[in-house]
Amino acid sequence: MTTKYSFINLALEAFRGHRGWKPVWRDAIPKAAYDIIIVGGGAHGLATAYYLAKIYGVTRIAVLEKGWIGSGNAGRNTTIIRSNYLLPPNTPFYEFSLKLWEGLERELNYNTMVSQRGIVYLCHSDAQRDAYARRGNAMRLHGIDAELVDIDWIRRKLPFLDFENARFPIQGGLWQGRAGTARHDAVVWGYARAASSLGVDIIQNCEVTGFIRHGEQVLGVETSQGEIRAGKVGLAAAGSTSTLSAMLGLRLPIESHVLQAFVSEALKPLIPCVLIFGAGHFYVSQSDKGGLVFGGDLDGYNSYAQRGNLPTVEDVCESGLAIIPSLGRVRLLRSWGGVMDMSMDGSPIIDRTPLGGLYLNAGWCYGGFKATPASGLCFAHLLARDEPHELASDYRLDRFATGHLIDERGVGAQPNLH
Amino acid sequence: MRIQCPFCGERGFDEFLYLGDGGFVRPDATEPQAQARFVEAVYFRDNPAGPHVELWYHESGCHSWLRVIRDTRTHEILAVAFAHELSHR
Repeated sequence: MTTKYSFINLALEAFRGHRGWKPVWRDAIPKAAYDIIIVGGGAHGLATAYYLAKIYGVTRIAVLEKGWIGSGNAGRNTTIIRSNYLLPPNTPFYEFSLKLWEGLERELNYNTMVSQRGIVYLCHSDAQRDAYARRGNAMRLHGIDAELVDIDWIRRKLPFLDFENARFPIQGGLWQGRAGTARHDAVVWGYARAASSLGVDIIQNCEVTGFIRHGEQVLGVETSQGEIRAGKVGLAAAGSTSTLSAMLGLRLPIESHVLQAFVSEALKPLIPCVLIFGAGHFYVSQSDKGGLVFGGDLDGYNSYAQRGNLPTVEDVCESGLAIIPSLGRVRLLRSWGGVMDMSMDGSPIIDRTPLGGLYLNAGWCYGGFKATPASGLCFAHLLARDEPHELASDYRLDRFATGHLIDERGVGAQPNLH
Repeated sequence: MRIQCPFCGERGFDEFLYLGDGGFVRPDATEPQAQARFVEAVYFRDNPAGPHVELWYHESGCHSWLRVIRDTRTHEILAVAFAHELSHR
């Protein structure tokens, strides 16, 4: 029976007809009580469970997932990893996350297909170039790679762009070479396998329907598979966070919005990096299978539907064609929607709540995928030590009352614009 | 998703701008708890999975503000009315 992935094991299994591989994680049945329960079996929840067991030595952990693991936003994103943020709490946090991505495959002994192919944000005006220079400088002050590149660099790297566009002339861009993509499903499976092997119970088809509470203390959860008691309960449920907190009468600075993503038919290698159009909202990369994976704006209205509307599809495709006209004959293969937990300032919340025993990891807007390792580690720190990790100490729930907002885009309390 | 504008008739949602939670009530700035009430009103909104009361602005039409009740699980529009008529009640 083979557990560890290595070249030797692969070779041995090849001679045995690959009959020795076993399921990569254990599908558990809930016990009566745990030290810590994580609600939400997405990438953030599973990463939290893994780091709780690995770094903080917590042994009795359960991850509850209402569907199958990775069936929510973990499997619905555009798989981009980067750390090109401007504001101080975000810049070191996302850089920490990128560093964890860089070592993730060795850490998990799982091929998460981290591909550091780089990301370029195109700029189309002098003011935008200035803004990117400022952002790049902020990154370099934190020791992160950032390079302001000119139009000749862009021409060499991405010759297929529309350089004759009179309305959105390409002037250059901001390049981060260490950014890239990772295989989202493999991230979920890798964390699940690693957590499961450390004794974490991963319980699928187990929807939280209520909470067991005594006064201001949360003592456990009621689920579709019965009551489960817990010393601490951590919510990592993305778009469903508000529905869960409403069961406790807790209002959050979060709106749930639908974001659509798209993939085209497979093409020969075309786009060598992650590309961000600066004049519209359009981001694209090419998967290893050849499909162009892309996305754009939110639909803009509250939604729990996991599907969007056609005008947004049209808008995103128009943005794409404005910068890459040669995609005009490419066929769209699939589109899907995910429910984003849009916070009121566009930044996440990793914090305690007014209720004892209840902890919150939410508000990732549509930037949660790249944050997965750091989010998991910082949330694990909070759950285990009862105090915030130093990199996440600004992601407080009370910042909306105290005015310490972290608003990268500077648009205020307009979740559909972040 | 199509919204039945009481003035223009049924139109695609892309003609409209979305403001969000229609239950917003501007707190009285002179009351002692005003600051906490403003935090509540600005940042803490209803976010139900189900019928949601919300404000839409018919930007590419009659420029009316509409109060729409919409199911956030299915995107079904349950009711539409002019916001100003409701606010005068």
